[in-house]
Amino acid sequence: MAIDIDVTKRRGERVIAARFVAERGLTALFGPSGAGKTSILNMVAGLLRPDSGHIRIGARTLFGSGVDLPPEARRVGYVFQDGRLFPHRRVRANLLYGHDLAPPGDRWMGLDEAVDFLGIGGLLGRWPHSLSGGEAQRVAIGRALLSGPEILLMDEPLSSLDAARRGEIMTVIERIRDELRLPILYVSHDRAEVDRLATQVVMVEG
Amino acid sequence: MLSAEEWGIVSLSLKVGGVAVLACLPLAFALAWLLARRAFPGRVLLDGIVHLPLVLPPVVTGWLLLIAFGPMGPAGRWLESWFGVTLMFRWTGAALAAAIMALPLMVRAMRLSIEGIDRRLEGAARTLGAGRWHCFWTISLPLALPGVLAALVLGFARSIGEFGATITFVSNIPGETRTLPLAIYSALQVPGSEATATRLALLSVLLSLGALLLSEWLVRRTHGERQARGD
Repeated sequence: MAIDIDVTKRRGERVIAARFVAERGLTALFGPSGAGKTSILNMVAGLLRPDSGHIRIGARTLFGSGVDLPPEARRVGYVFQDGRLFPHRRVRANLLYGHDLAPPGDRWMGLDEAVDFLGIGGLLGRWPHSLSGGEAQRVAIGRALLSGPEILLMDEPLSSLDAARRGEIMTVIERIRDELRLPILYVSHDRAEVDRLATQVVMVEG
Repeated sequence: MLSAEEWGIVSLSLKVGGVAVLACLPLAFALAWLLARRAFPGRVLLDGIVHLPLVLPPVVTGWLLLIAFGPMGPAGRWLESWFGVTLMFRWTGAALAAAIMALPLMVRAMRLSIEGIDRRLEGAARTLGAGRWHCFWTISLPLALPGVLAALVLGFARSIGEFGATITFVSNIPGETRTLPLAIYSALQVPGSEATATRLALLSVLLSLGALLLSEWLVRRTHGERQARGD
């Protein structure tokens, strides 16, 4: 399923523009900090409205031609740089937040499966503030997968982790790419990360 | 320790204060949300009007209520003809006066906690499939809750201390509108009632101090959580 993106957005003096088609696999949006990579992900997620253009997943239009789906109708999973777990919900409730909202037909992974896949069985009863950076990022990935998305957005998911954790999470991302076969749009400014993970690279210039 | 009459005063005060804050809560929350989140023409004016009872002499507020809710007032006539309800000289009127005086404090407390919500969490909830309302009920409101509770406590303390607007609007009727501060004022007018005045005053101090400490604790609790999260 191809992700077809052609958007422009004016932010103050700058114009963020992106046009590419992401095929199956992991498409890295690569470029310097402040080039608008996160804004592109936010436009795909429906958190930021493009000035013009279109966003399509397969035959489904998320934006353009008079369509502007709200974020909750897009089936786009989003893993943020900082995890962004809900602080007032335990890990289990964080994981199930999107799962419970998704129509049963849209779900393709169950809680037990996600917990095994990510190795977070011991964390279910914990509060987010008690998790380490790596644990929080695993839970955030699980929360996104459990909501039954058609694609996954990842915004520098390794940037707050130490070297050992980075390796572990990269392995998880590779397994999402290869075993779950979920298309991923991945924002990074780290060459080594992109070299290891990406099946396609889109340069985003500032 | 307290006489039956004094207990009556205390329970009337608690009733007036409780009804005032509970009735005020939805409006105060809506105003706090509006002022914290929305940009609209007249926002500064609305902010000013909400805060007016804080700076206006309470007797003026009471007099304005009298004009609006008295038998000849537009609101008073409307309530009377449609619901058969009169507020003037009734404990419900005392609750209305208390609610209006408590409103600015409640709006301020809730507005702070609404502004303190990390809006990126709401964005995360939306991408997980939550519509606006579901997001509000499951993310925004729970995160603002300590501020809402603090507002309730502060508003309650302000309500049971209300004097000027109350005595102007609903007078000082024993058993109907004579709340704690009005009872203390009355006792001070009568020679030999100093003991009553002292007891009631002491009670006022305890109630107010308790409410302040409770609301401070609630606010601190949220800040503590935020720090633990590393925001």
